Amino acid sequence: MAATTPTTGDAVQRRSRWSRLPIVTQLRQSVGLQRGMLIGGLVLTAFFLFTAAFAPLLAPYGYAQLRSDSGPFGAQQPPSAEHWLGTTVGGYDVLSRVIWGSRTALLVIIVAVTASILVGVLLGLISGYFGGWLDRIMVMIADAIYAFPSLLLAIVLAIVISGGQSSMWGGIFAAALSITVIFIPQYLRVTRSEVIRIKAEAFVESARVIGAGHVRIMTRHVLRNATRTLPLILTLNASEAILTLAGLGFLGFGIEPTAAAEWGYDLNKSLSDVTAGIWWTSIFPGLAIVLVVLGLTLVGESLNDLADPRLRKRAAGPEPVEDLGVELPDAQQEGEQR
Amino acid sequence: MSDVVEIRDLAVSFATDAGQVQAVDGVTLSVHPGEVLAVVGESGSGKTVTAKTILGLLPETARIRGAVMLTSKDGASEGDVVQMSGQRLRQVRGRDVAMVFQEPSTALNPVYPVGWQIIEGLRAHGKYTKAEARAKAIDVLRRVGIPDPEERIDHYPHQFSGGQKQRIVIAQALVLDPGVIVADEPTTALDVTVQAEILDLLRRCRDEFGAAIVLITHNMGVVADLADRVAVMYQGKLVEQAPVRELFANPREPYTQQLLAAVPRIGEGLARAHERAARRSDGWAEQTPVVEAKGLRISYPGRFRQPDFLAVDGVDLAIRPGEVLGLVGESGSGKTTIGRAIAGLTKVTGGSLEVLGVQMHGVHERDFRPVRSKIGFVFQDPATSFNPLLTIAECVAEPLVVHGRAADAQDARTRVDELLEAVQLPRAFGARFPHELSGGQRQRASLARALALDPELLIADEPTSALDVSVQARVLDLFDELHRELGFAALFISHDLAVVDMLADRIAVLWRGRLVEEGTGDEVLGSPKHPYTQRLLASLPVPDPVEQAERRAELERLRQADRAS
Repeated sequence: MAATTPTTGDAVQRRSRWSRLPIVTQLRQSVGLQRGMLIGGLVLTAFFLFTAAFAPLLAPYGYAQLRSDSGPFGAQQPPSAEHWLGTTVGGYDVLSRVIWGSRTALLVIIVAVTASILVGVLLGLISGYFGGWLDRIMVMIADAIYAFPSLLLAIVLAIVISGGQSSMWGGIFAAALSITVIFIPQYLRVTRSEVIRIKAEAFVESARVIGAGHVRIMTRHVLRNATRTLPLILTLNASEAILTLAGLGFLGFGIEPTAAAEWGYDLNKSLSDVTAGIWWTSIFPGLAIVLVVLGLTLVGESLNDLADPRLRKRAAGPEPVEDLGVELPDAQQEGEQR
Repeated sequence: MSDVVEIRDLAVSFATDAGQVQAVDGVTLSVHPGEVLAVVGESGSGKTVTAKTILGLLPETARIRGAVMLTSKDGASEGDVVQMSGQRLRQVRGRDVAMVFQEPSTALNPVYPVGWQIIEGLRAHGKYTKAEARAKAIDVLRRVGIPDPEERIDHYPHQFSGGQKQRIVIAQALVLDPGVIVADEPTTALDVTVQAEILDLLRRCRDEFGAAIVLITHNMGVVADLADRVAVMYQGKLVEQAPVRELFANPREPYTQQLLAAVPRIGEGLARAHERAARRSDGWAEQTPVVEAKGLRISYPGRFRQPDFLAVDGVDLAIRPGEVLGLVGESGSGKTTIGRAIAGLTKVTGGSLEVLGVQMHGVHERDFRPVRSKIGFVFQDPATSFNPLLTIAECVAEPLVVHGRAADAQDARTRVDELLEAVQLPRAFGARFPHELSGGQRQRASLARALALDPELLIADEPTSALDVSVQARVLDLFDELHRELGFAALFISHDLAVVDMLADRIAVLWRGRLVEEGTGDEVLGSPKHPYTQRLLASLPVPDPVEQAERRAELERLRQADRAS
């Protein structure tokens, strides 16, 4: 309805809503070094997203392409005009593999983070809201998962989920879901502690007095207030997801080169090249991992720092003043002077 | 002798996200030796900031103009606190000026014995041996009225009651015999009967120790009881300054007049109660009560094999239709617990509590839910009782939506507008978010939400204790007006007898979970029978210095009678 009758008030509202969006707000708040960190992180992340989205246009060859019209690429070729970053031991084009790899990484991040948020937040909400024995069991399981070395757990899960298959989506899901299991406890704990805090607030009690049901209180009053810190963990977890994926690939539990490009797998295959003086096969996938993780971490850490309420006052306007209906003597004098 | 503190044209502003905020604006004020100067004002008036400037305690974001001249007690040294270096400030603090904080339980470090904390102040100013310092600390503890100071000096803060903790904080301030003590709301966190004792102690600080006191407070009764001179502040400016009797008898500025008029006084509500009683029909007293408690017991489970804590112990009370029952008691008396039990927020563990025909002892939420639409609840703190992500209109519409009277907030809009109008809020406020309203406006919106379903019973749990006096007066008037129009029964919970008196038909006094006295306002306030009610009534400082002096003598007599028995 607002779109058909645009008014000036509407425009103001929309602009303020735009400036209230998570990252935009922080960008406006930040100053100095913190701002530099945030912008640096955002640029790296944007570059990563752009590459992933337009991989088919940017990459000179396919991720599993071994030969062009003029014949096979050849293995371990140094950088040249045809292959800007050289070729791998398996005969693939390094540049293409790096570009296509960003797509796999992005897909894994999306699937892993979405799944862990959905499950983790839901479990945290239930656990914190109802409490009791259910809460105790869930927290115990979460602690048990925490105690496991995360990569070991991911390996086990990768085997269980993919069952040795290594198609593109099978591999992506295997990697993403094994990461999910590691992340769920994080979201569960964060949501749970927020929910426990909010549950004691007067507005939740007020909803109970009104007679609202559990589901309504949980969704309308508790959940929306409990999700404020999630964007922070989300960005930090995204970079962790990439590291786990690369770790899995490096250890050989990733995706076959014919199914999709994967940086960790390429690093694994380039191990023996390093001693032979063939630098291009390991440097570039490694650099890709470092830059993406750096970008996401910078964004996450900056958001984390800026969210610290002790550094700033929260109210964006002057304090609302009680209308007492009296004029100050000074105010009257000023009025007379005018 | 010259003034101990002289504030000249002080202006303090704070740098915030929203730009400069002027907290104090051109205040000139002086404190004479050995007098109690009360700085009075409502929240945001800059009274605390002014007081903190005297100790140089403002945060780094503050920008200060003007001068605060501080003279030591013997007149030997003088300095401007605003210009002082950190080292000079440390020398001055404690020796020339000391502070008493609002909340005694947070002002003391829980991991050190209280004696250690008093001696720390002595050590900072040097030249005492261990034995000397200890002797001095024991002496000051005795003088502030801590029994067995030789033994209790090694006790930790949690082993003292709230009033005793405040005595220790005062001892800490007195130990170096400063010329001036800044007391920031020293009795706000305490119960009325304890407050009276602490005010006595502060009076002795002036008389026996010869310290001047800068008393920051919003409570006009405390001012009337203790102060020699009063400075009234409003929005960072000094509005009026006068000796206490003159100010109360003959306030010059309109703001001061309004502030004094807004303070509730005992006895004001009696006329209203009589008027209501006269309006009632004959058979009214025989009607079935809306709420009826018989031998009501509520206990909270104890932890680690400790016995259960009995919050409410065998209370009988009844609220008849259209009646306002005022429930009065100090913190821990169980008054809030009873209110929560009636609203179904706390489980009843013994006896019987019938709310609108439903037995609450062992009730299932399913059976109680239909009754909830007939109960409204107003919470104490208006800041937290609204979901910060919903607009006021959505919050007020919530009960309508939950009980199926409206499909969504949009659908309920006409009713919401009516309600906002009923509580004297502009309709446009419906589109605002809770944080965009002031405390008083929020509490009115809270009243609108409670009344959305035309409840038969309204429970108000200290609805005005978080508000300033003038705002409180408006909310109480509104409550009375709505009650007259809508005729709901109400349970009005408060720690303030004067507030309850303004609204209640009958008053029930709770003490340690037991109902010690119940009756009409005339009975309870006019001729209290239980000694606790008598003490409570006598402890309540009235906003009139002359009358308060008489009442103080009366309280002293009561205390002596207590001791004798």
